[in-house]
Amino acid sequence: MENRFEVVIVGSGPAGLSAAGRAAELGLSHLLLESTTHLANTIQRYQKGKHVMAEPGLLPLRSSLPFDAGSREDILAVWLKNAKKLGIKVGWNADVTAISGQRGDFVLQTRSGKSVRAKHVVLAIGLQGNPRKLGVPGEDQPFVQYQLDDPDEYQNEEIMVVGAGDSAIENALALARQNKVSLINRRDEFARAKEGNLSLLEDAIERGRIRVFFNSSLRSIEVQGNGEHRAQVSLSTGEGEVQVPVDRIIARLGAIPPRDFVESCGIQFPNKSTNAVPELTHQYESNVPGLYVIGALAGYPLIKQAMNQGYEVIEHILGRDIKPVDHGLLAKKFSGLPFGLDVEQTLEKIKNNVLCFGPVNSLRFRELILESEVHMPKAGEVIFSRNDYTNSFYSVVEGSVEVEIDEQTGKRVTIGEGQFFGEMGLISGRRRNATVYAGRYCVLVETPRRTMLRLLSSVDEVRRRIDQVFILRAIHSQFAPNANLEDLADLVNSAELRQYAPGEVLFAEGESGDELHLVRRGSLTVSRYLQGREVVLSYVPAGKYVGEMGLLGNSRRTASVRAVVPTETVVMKSEPFLALLERDPKLKAQVQTQLQARLRANASMESSSEGGELLSFLMRQGLGEATDVLLIDESLCVRCDNCETACASTHGGTSRLNREAGPSYASIHVPTSCRHCEHPHCMKDCPPDAISRNASGEVVIADNCIGCGNCESNCPYGVIQMAPIGGSQPGLWSRVLFGAEHKKVKAKDAPKRAVKCDMCANLKGGPACVRACPTGAAVRISPEQFIELVRED
Amino acid sequence: MHGSFLSHRGGFWFWFALVLVLASVVAYVWHEPIGLPNGGTWLGYTLGTIAALLIVWLTLFGVRKRAYYSRIGSVKGWLSAHVYLGGSLLVVGTLHSGFQFGLNIHTLAWLLMVLVIVSGFYGGWVYWRYPNRITRNRDGMTRDLIFREIADIDRKASLIVEGLGSPADRMVISAIQLFQVGGGVWQQLGGRDRSRMMISEVRKKQKSWKRVSNSHQQRLLDELTGLLSRSTDPKEAALLQELIDLVSRKARLVKQLLKDIRLQGLMEIWLYCHIPLTLALLATLTAHIVSVFFYW
Repeated sequence: MENRFEVVIVGSGPAGLSAAGRAAELGLSHLLLESTTHLANTIQRYQKGKHVMAEPGLLPLRSSLPFDAGSREDILAVWLKNAKKLGIKVGWNADVTAISGQRGDFVLQTRSGKSVRAKHVVLAIGLQGNPRKLGVPGEDQPFVQYQLDDPDEYQNEEIMVVGAGDSAIENALALARQNKVSLINRRDEFARAKEGNLSLLEDAIERGRIRVFFNSSLRSIEVQGNGEHRAQVSLSTGEGEVQVPVDRIIARLGAIPPRDFVESCGIQFPNKSTNAVPELTHQYESNVPGLYVIGALAGYPLIKQAMNQGYEVIEHILGRDIKPVDHGLLAKKFSGLPFGLDVEQTLEKIKNNVLCFGPVNSLRFRELILESEVHMPKAGEVIFSRNDYTNSFYSVVEGSVEVEIDEQTGKRVTIGEGQFFGEMGLISGRRRNATVYAGRYCVLVETPRRTMLRLLSSVDEVRRRIDQVFILRAIHSQFAPNANLEDLADLVNSAELRQYAPGEVLFAEGESGDELHLVRRGSLTVSRYLQGREVVLSYVPAGKYVGEMGLLGNSRRTASVRAVVPTETVVMKSEPFLALLERDPKLKAQVQTQLQARLRANASMESSSEGGELLSFLMRQGLGEATDVLLIDESLCVRCDNCETACASTHGGTSRLNREAGPSYASIHVPTSCRHCEHPHCMKDCPPDAISRNASGEVVIADNCIGCGNCESNCPYGVIQMAPIGGSQPGLWSRVLFGAEHKKVKAKDAPKRAVKCDMCANLKGGPACVRACPTGAAVRISPEQFIELVRED
Repeated sequence: MHGSFLSHRGGFWFWFALVLVLASVVAYVWHEPIGLPNGGTWLGYTLGTIAALLIVWLTLFGVRKRAYYSRIGSVKGWLSAHVYLGGSLLVVGTLHSGFQFGLNIHTLAWLLMVLVIVSGFYGGWVYWRYPNRITRNRDGMTRDLIFREIADIDRKASLIVEGLGSPADRMVISAIQLFQVGGGVWQQLGGRDRSRMMISEVRKKQKSWKRVSNSHQQRLLDELTGLLSRSTDPKEAALLQELIDLVSRKARLVKQLLKDIRLQGLMEIWLYCHIPLTLALLATLTAHIVSVFFYW
C-alpha cells in the first residue's frame, strides 16, 4: 500500500466521510482510512432504529453527502450509496497507530504494519474510541467494560453501572431485567438525564430492581480469586465506605480525546484538562503544518457541524478561501453594528468584552451567538419589564443598561459593559423582578433560555461566574438595596449555593441552626408537628427566604422546611448577616416585621388543621412548581362541562383540560390541565424548540411542533395531548340552536401536533374555561394565592 | 377566590332585582287606572314592555353561555343576573296582567312564564345544593374510576369462578352479564338497581334456570353466602370468600354509582322543562303581543 496521496483522512465518521466525499468529488487523490470494516462506526453502534437529529437546526449543511434527521438505518444507507457514487476510496481495517512527518510528506503507520504516505492528513477519529476510564486500580480488568452492546448477553450477575448520564441509566435499566444492578452516581441527582429515563429509573428503584448509590465514587476494585463473585468494589459514599461484590462493571462516563495518540503525532493541547481539545487555526490546521483535525476531536460533537468541517477542510487544503458556513447568518446578525469590524472580529470582540463568555471555546461561542439576538436599543427603551415572564439572558457588549430595582423610589443601578443581566428569570423560572432600560449607545446580546441552560450545564466556569454575580445581586436586592456592594462582600463571600431534591429537608423542627436560605429556584414548604401529625403551614416560592429566625437569635428551629420540587437556595451564614443588620437598623426592623407576619400566618394556619391538609394536598399534586393553575370548587361545580366545551371551541375542537379527571380534597379539585411550571418539563426535550414561555407567563407550543410526542411523555401531569390538525368549527347559532359540535379529522394517520393549555393567550379577556363557568366554580390562581385559598375554605 | 353566582359582585343583581320589584309594586299600588288595573293602561304597557324585554334578554343567556369569545360580562355574572331578574319577572309580569286571568292566549303566556320561572327556581336550588351532595357521594372517585373498578372486579370474579364450577359459575357470570345501570330518564332518576341474575331452581325434580332480581348484588351475595355455609372443601370455601369480598365491594360501588347518576340527573333534568317551556313562552308571547296590537 506504499503510495502517496494528496490527502489521507483518518476515520470515516460524519467528518471524515464528508472530507473524503469532497475530495472524491473534486477528483483529488485521496484515501479514507477506517479501522473497522464499515463506515461511521459510532453511528453503526447506535441502538437499532434510533432517531438521529440534524442539530443545530439553524445551520445549513455544506457537504457532498446528504444528511437529514431520520433513523440511523436510513442515514447510513444514504451515506453508503453516496460514498459509492462519489467514488470514495477506503482503506478498511486500517487502524492508524502513528503519524509522522510534515506537510508534503506524512507517513501513517497502521496496526497491520502497512504504511501510507500523504501530503496532507485530516484527523477525524472522534472520541467514541476513547471512553473515559474509572481512574481506580483495576480499571482495566476484563470484567470492567466501557461499552455495552447487548444487555441480554448477561444473566444472574451482580452488575455495577457507573455514571449519571442517559447511557448509564439506559444500560442499568436494560441489565436489571436479568441481573442485580447497582448504579453509582458521583452527585446527588441525575441532572443530565432525560425525564423519560428518570421516571423509568424511579420505577425500577421503587421495585427494588436497581439500587442507586448517590454521592458515591469507586475507591478500588479487588479481584477475588475464588469468591462467589469476581471482585469486591469499595465505594466511598456520603455515609462512609461500603463494600459491594460485583461480577461486572459497566462504566459509562463519556468519552475524552485520545490524547496520547494525538500528542504522539506532535499535536499540542492548550492545557492539561482531560476534556481539552487541540488548539486549531480557523482552517482546522493543528500546530503541525499539514495536519488537520476536524469533528468531535476538534470539539464539534454534532453530525452536521462535523460534515461541514469535512467539506471545508478539503477547501482549505486546496488553499481556497472559504468562509465558515454560518458566515452569512452571522454577517446578517451583525449588520448595523457600529463596530466597523468583520464577522470574525466582531465575534472576538463580543467574546472578549463579555466576562461570563470568556471560558467558552470559540466554536461553542459561535453557535451561541448564532442562536442569540443582537440588539441596539435606543436610550431609555425598555428591555424587559418587571413581572414579565421572559427568561432570556442578556449580556452588555457595549454601553450600559439601567435596572430599576425599586419600583416605589425608582432607584436604578447601572450595569456596564461586559456585565450581564436577566439571570434571575433564567435561574428561578419566575417573573422578572425589575425593569431594565437601555442606556446610551448600548449593544446587547440576548441569548435564549435553552442555549443558556445548555451552556451552564456544560461549562462549569460560566456557571460559576454567573452564580457569583447571582448571589451578590440576590442579596443586594433582597436585603440591602441601599447598601454599597463593598459592604456586602463578607456576606456574599460566605454565602453558598445548595441543591435539594424534592422532599429533602433543609432543616427540621427542633434542630439548632442559624442559616438563612434564600430560594433561588424551586419552592419550599414550612411545616410543624402538631398532635403527632405534620401540618404544612406555608409555601415559600423562589425569591423568598426562610430561616431568618435562626439568624435573629433563636437558633432552635421552630418548624421544618422541605423542598417541594428540585430546589436551589443561597445559604447565608449568621455572623456577616448580623453584622449587616447591626449596620442597618431599618433592615433589621424590616426583617423582623416580615418574620412576625410569617409567624402570625403560621399561627392562623395552625388553628385550622384542614387548611394545612389542603395545602399539603396541593403540594402533593405538584403545584409547588406551578405558576398558574386551574382549580375547581366542587361545591359550586354543576358538572356542566361548559369549561371543556369553551376550551375546545376556542382551540380547534380539542379541549386542553379534562374537568373530571384529577384528584380532589375538601371540595377543591385539581383537573388535568397545564399549570405552567416554573421550569417546564415539556420544554426539556423539544427537538424544534417549539415550546416557549410568553412574557405574560403562558407556556405555549408554537406551530413548528413536529408531533414527536416528547413533551407529552415528559410532562409528569399528563396535560399534553397529541391532537390531529384541522377540523371545522360550527358557528355560534348552529351551536345554540342545533347543538352542533366541532368536526374532528377522523383519519387515523392524520398528522398530529402537541396541544396544551395556552391560557388563551390570544383571547382578549383571559382563559375561556374560567370565563365560561356559569357558577364561579373554576378559577385560575398562582401559588402565591394558595394560602388565601386555603384560609377561605 | 371561588365565589358562587348567587353572591356575584356582592349580590348586585339581587339588589337590582329587588329595586325593580319594589318599584313595580309601589307603582301598581299608587296607580289609579280608569276601571280595573289591566295591561292596557300606561303602567300596564310599561310593565309589559319591561317584562317582554326581560324575557327576550333572559333567553339570550343560552346564547351568551355558548359565545366563548364574547367579552360582554362573564357567564357567571350573566347567570347571577338571569336568576335574580328572572325572579323579579314573576312580579313584573303578574302586575302587568292586573290579575285579569281567563281562558285566553294572554293567560297562557302568563302561565308559561310562571312555569319557566318556577322550573328556574328549582334549577337555582339544585345548583346551590347538589354539587356538594355529588362531591360527598363521589368520595374522591370519578365515574370513570368507578366503572373501571367494577370492570376490574368482574374480571377477577370471572377468573375465580373458573375454579368453582356449577352453579356458582353460572350465577356469577349471569350477574355480571345482567348487571345494569343507567337507562331511561325515570330509571336514572329513580336510582333503582334493576340488575338481574340467573339462579337454578328444582321444579318437579327438574332443574331449570330462572331470572331473578339482583338489586345491589344482594341476591348474588345471598346465594354465595349460602354456598359458603354449606361448603366442606376448604379450597372452595376460600374461593367463595374471595368472591363474596369482591361482590360486596361491587355492591358498594354500585350504590355509589346509582346515587351519582340520580343526583346528576336531578341536577340536569329541570333544564329539559325550562328550555322547551321558554320556547313555548316565546311563541305565546309573540302571539299575545301581536293579538293585543291587532285588536287595538
